[in-house]
Amino acid sequence: MDHTKINISKLNLYYGRQQILKDINAGIPEKKITVILGPSGCGKTSLLRCMNRLTDLHPQARLTGNILINGKDILNTTDDITSIRKMMGLLAQRPYPLPMNIYNNIAYGLRISGRMNKRMLNKRVEHYLRQVSLWDEVKDRLRDPAVALSIGQQQRLCLARGLAVDPQIILADEPTSALDPLSSQAIEEKFNELKENYSIVIVTHILRQARRLADHVIFMYMGEVIEQGPADAFFENPKLEKTKLYLRGMFY
Amino acid sequence: MSGFRIKLSRSLRNKVHGSWMTVCLVFVISMPVIIAGGLYWKSSVLLHDHGVFSLIFSKEWKPLSGQFGFYPFIISSIWVTMTALILAAPICLLTAIHLTQYAKRWVLKIMHPVIDILAGIPSVIYGVWGILVVVPFIGNHLGTWLGKSVSGYSILAGGIVLAIMVIPFVLNILIDVFNNIPTELSEASLSLGATRWQTIKFVLVKKGLPGIVAAFGLGMSRAFGETIAVLMVVGNVSRIPSGLFQPGYPLPALIANNYGEMLSIPLYDSALMLSALILFVVVLGFNFVSRYIIAACDKRC
Repeated sequence: MDHTKINISKLNLYYGRQQILKDINAGIPEKKITVILGPSGCGKTSLLRCMNRLTDLHPQARLTGNILINGKDILNTTDDITSIRKMMGLLAQRPYPLPMNIYNNIAYGLRISGRMNKRMLNKRVEHYLRQVSLWDEVKDRLRDPAVALSIGQQQRLCLARGLAVDPQIILADEPTSALDPLSSQAIEEKFNELKENYSIVIVTHILRQARRLADHVIFMYMGEVIEQGPADAFFENPKLEKTKLYLRGMFY
Repeated sequence: MSGFRIKLSRSLRNKVHGSWMTVCLVFVISMPVIIAGGLYWKSSVLLHDHGVFSLIFSKEWKPLSGQFGFYPFIISSIWVTMTALILAAPICLLTAIHLTQYAKRWVLKIMHPVIDILAGIPSVIYGVWGILVVVPFIGNHLGTWLGKSVSGYSILAGGIVLAIMVIPFVLNILIDVFNNIPTELSEASLSLGATRWQTIKFVLVKKGLPGIVAAFGLGMSRAFGETIAVLMVVGNVSRIPSGLFQPGYPLPALIANNYGEMLSIPLYDSALMLSALILFVVVLGFNFVSRYIIAACDKRC
């Protein structure tokens, strides 16, 4: 395996007394698409939220173990949480555009992370909108509210908004589950382009999507990692009985 | 035979019940119309005599010589309401943000009944508390500290008492407003590298703006119409107040103090009805304006 971008070891997550993640050990390779696969409620999303510490928001959440990003532990650190989160762009299940116009949705992250003059800002906004193939569709109405866009366009806008803060990692939580087939395809194509420069983690329960996108697979069940490895080996030649059953669609 | 009777009475009963509901609905809808109509009918005598503008902008309130100027009362009402709102607004907003964004869940659980209790206290009690605490505090401490000789019965006292009465009401709405904003939105902002405070300032307050406007609009109409507690501490002198420490005489207090007492004076009851009508129209105006802002904001974001 190539360079490991995120290294998770002995990770446990509790909400109150309930244990959500059990002793997770996993690696996310750099500049590849890693798919976290598993049935609903198995802890995939929770694992993703640990990676940028959105679990902090939950008052009863408790984390033990380590998550190393570029070799640095992000759980047991005094580093500023905002600078850790900025390393990762987040794409949620449904697009949640910020309550402002299209332009400002992209400019938001740029503005809060540092001063930038207007010309630079314009250039960057255009760049990121082009990167998600949205520029031609919205260039004449950048001042319109973002919620006026179609839901597929909104999701691409959210992707561009995440890219604008110059992350190294993209975390996507079932990013196509609310989209129509065409918009889903557009997002998937984007991921394939973006993996040149970003390490991408996608949570999904859609087996076909996982087969289409994955370079690397982490298969989870009931809060544990069952099997993980390169996608070819995982899909063609799974080692464990449970994985084989899941791939054949025997349980959800 | 009996089967037929049951059928008939069933369809009849259905009709009767249906029409009863319609009657109730019409009754509820027509209430404000009837009230407004009644007030207008009663006050029209004075309106025909003097004209709306001269009544509203005239400063002289001398019922015995037939002069009814509502200007001092309207200004007093505006002063008291604005003071209350300016005092209450930051407290409400910051408390709501703290409770929904920072506080542990059990704090919110405790605060809900506390707020409901505050909202349920009869306004007379707030008035008594105002006389016992707020008025002496302003008269003895704040006044002397600022080098003024004041009685304490003032716009400020009314504003403070009113602010405290409005806080639970507005706070309840604001908590709902912030709780209804999806957490994914703040997560999106946080994952872009924003701090908690930036997220609140740029995203949550903006998303909740229609609700915030509505909360304060409704709070304002509440404050504008509140009578007894204000009446007890505000001084009730029919003069245009020139500052916070001056006594005032808001419209609701005017009605409550005088109705049924000096009605032998010609046109007096008509004048009081007109002040009620003004109150009604202003409160209605607040409601319409806040609704309009909500609709406008909904379209924009």
